[in-house]
Amino acid sequence: MTEPAVQPPAPPPAIRTEDLRKTYKTSRGDVPAVRGIDLAVGTGEFFGLLGPNGAGKSTTIGMLTTLVVPTGGRAWVAGIDVVADPVGVKRRIGVVTQNNTLDMQLTVAENLEFRSRFFGLGLRDAARRAEQLLVAFGLADRRKAIATDLSGGQAKRLLIARALVHKPDVLFLDEPTAGLDPQTRVNLWDMLRELHAEGQTILLTTHYMEEAEALCDRVAVVDHGEVLAAGTIDELKEGAGADTVITVRYESPVPDGLAVRTGLPGRPGISKVETEGDQVRVFAREPEGVLGELVTAGAAAGLTVRDAAQLRPSLETVFLSLTGREYRE
Amino acid sequence: MTTTTGTQQAGAASAALPSRALAGSGAAAIITDAPEPHPTLVRTFAAMMAREGRVLRRNLIGTFTRAIMQPLLFVFVFTYVMPKIGGSGIFGAGAAAGGATFATILLPGLMASMLFMQGIMAVTFPLVMEFSWQRTIEDRALAPVPIRVLAIQKILAGAVQSFLGALIVIPIVLLVHAPGQSPHVNVTDWPLLAVILVTGSLLTASLGLLLGTLMDPRKMQMLFAAILLPATMLGCVYYPWSALHSIRWLQIAVLINPMVYMSEGLRAVLTPQTGHLALWAILLVLIGVTALVGYFGTKAFARRVLN
Repeated sequence: MTEPAVQPPAPPPAIRTEDLRKTYKTSRGDVPAVRGIDLAVGTGEFFGLLGPNGAGKSTTIGMLTTLVVPTGGRAWVAGIDVVADPVGVKRRIGVVTQNNTLDMQLTVAENLEFRSRFFGLGLRDAARRAEQLLVAFGLADRRKAIATDLSGGQAKRLLIARALVHKPDVLFLDEPTAGLDPQTRVNLWDMLRELHAEGQTILLTTHYMEEAEALCDRVAVVDHGEVLAAGTIDELKEGAGADTVITVRYESPVPDGLAVRTGLPGRPGISKVETEGDQVRVFAREPEGVLGELVTAGAAAGLTVRDAAQLRPSLETVFLSLTGREYRE
Repeated sequence: MTTTTGTQQAGAASAALPSRALAGSGAAAIITDAPEPHPTLVRTFAAMMAREGRVLRRNLIGTFTRAIMQPLLFVFVFTYVMPKIGGSGIFGAGAAAGGATFATILLPGLMASMLFMQGIMAVTFPLVMEFSWQRTIEDRALAPVPIRVLAIQKILAGAVQSFLGALIVIPIVLLVHAPGQSPHVNVTDWPLLAVILVTGSLLTASLGLLLGTLMDPRKMQMLFAAILLPATMLGCVYYPWSALHSIRWLQIAVLINPMVYMSEGLRAVLTPQTGHLALWAILLVLIGVTALVGYFGTKAFARRVLN
């Protein structure tokens, strides 16, 4: 008889939260921003928190990066409790907040050098690390510029470079491409993909659906401070949001019974038919012909079609079927 | 609006791994070929102070001009121009203090005034900026130290500037004056001078932190009108506290002003012959208020940073 081999302990997930909550006390009473979020992000994952503005994404990232103190629940980053040991967490994370928090009194190179020194690098190592990041992020010819003189895209690149000086276990990016032009955005996406390909764990918040779809291994859809659904993009689409959503809007309000007369409710392949004001919305697994039937049924009832849309399964339809609301960016 | 069309293909086109978005040796080097960080409290703190030093050096001319102009012009007008044009009669304070020249009264007073102004300017103004607009304070808050250590670093950096500001006054007052108007300085206790200067600069920097943390940026002009101006005008800068005996209510009222204890403390060590508040009271207030304001200032700062 031999003793069973002792298994090495599994590495802790890069990020874990349990019923994480934040309620802000204001003069108008308590405002819950995050209402019990459970997340688990593995090492090496590219994870997205997707939700409209005001969904609680930034508050969540604030709690994970120790800048916002939770009012309930717990959270660990790299296995370290964010409330019990915020300094330990800060050593292991790189953070790019939404704002341009560059040190405007310093040059581009100094921003990287001093950040490196804040994380304990000596003068020579700090200079070497700064140079390496300047080259990698295409900022070498701007090294002596004062940080205020950078363009939006350059500033964002410097913010990301600065967040990486100390080889963080987890890189947090809060709305990294908000306000950037499309070309800069795609360029930034490519950089993030390369970092991820080399094993960098990344948590990103975004309110752009296509950003989450383009970058993330897994996504949590967040709204009103809660996770509505989480999984890979494909899992989400196969779940609640597998439907194609067909919306037809008429010139005048839809009369009662129109939806029934189309024969769509209850038909196999049709999940749901909703009538609201001047529009009918159909959630369908088999969307073929639905649009035509809505137009025909409308014409028979004397309604003219104003516009029509067919959304194939996407994060947007996931959001629509989870909340009943269209995604607003 | 319902006119949206499918967007899920938007990202797919660019999903293929790009040839090279990161230049140089690329992402691999950024992650693997990086020096191992070993932050300690002392190293991080020292690096933050070094950053202040770099900024101070870069803005040297501006900072120096700001620091030198007020005492220089003041001394020029009151110890050179006024005596020359026969305005010495207005300086009853000097007479009340045993016939001391006005420069003798001014030296400790202006030094205290500089301690106060520079301490507040060096801490409050940048801090209000850091808390507003882009909230750049978040950057420093992510450094691997507790938030209160960051607050203490801000106090210390401000205190250094405040201390240097007070020293600038000395050569100005010693050099700029009309003939016969030179100040009579008589330092016997150098360590005590150091203690007064150090506690005074720490006090103003702590006060600067508290003000910068609590201040609404839209009310910045209030800082000058409601705090800096009354504190200096009623801070025994231009007259010794003892000279106020003829306005007894004011003499008692100004005791709530911490500036009084800086002026009088410096008087006690630089120009003791003009008379001054009891030394025990000066030290008690300077040390006590520094501790109190420092405690509440760092606490309020941490609360505000960690909302």
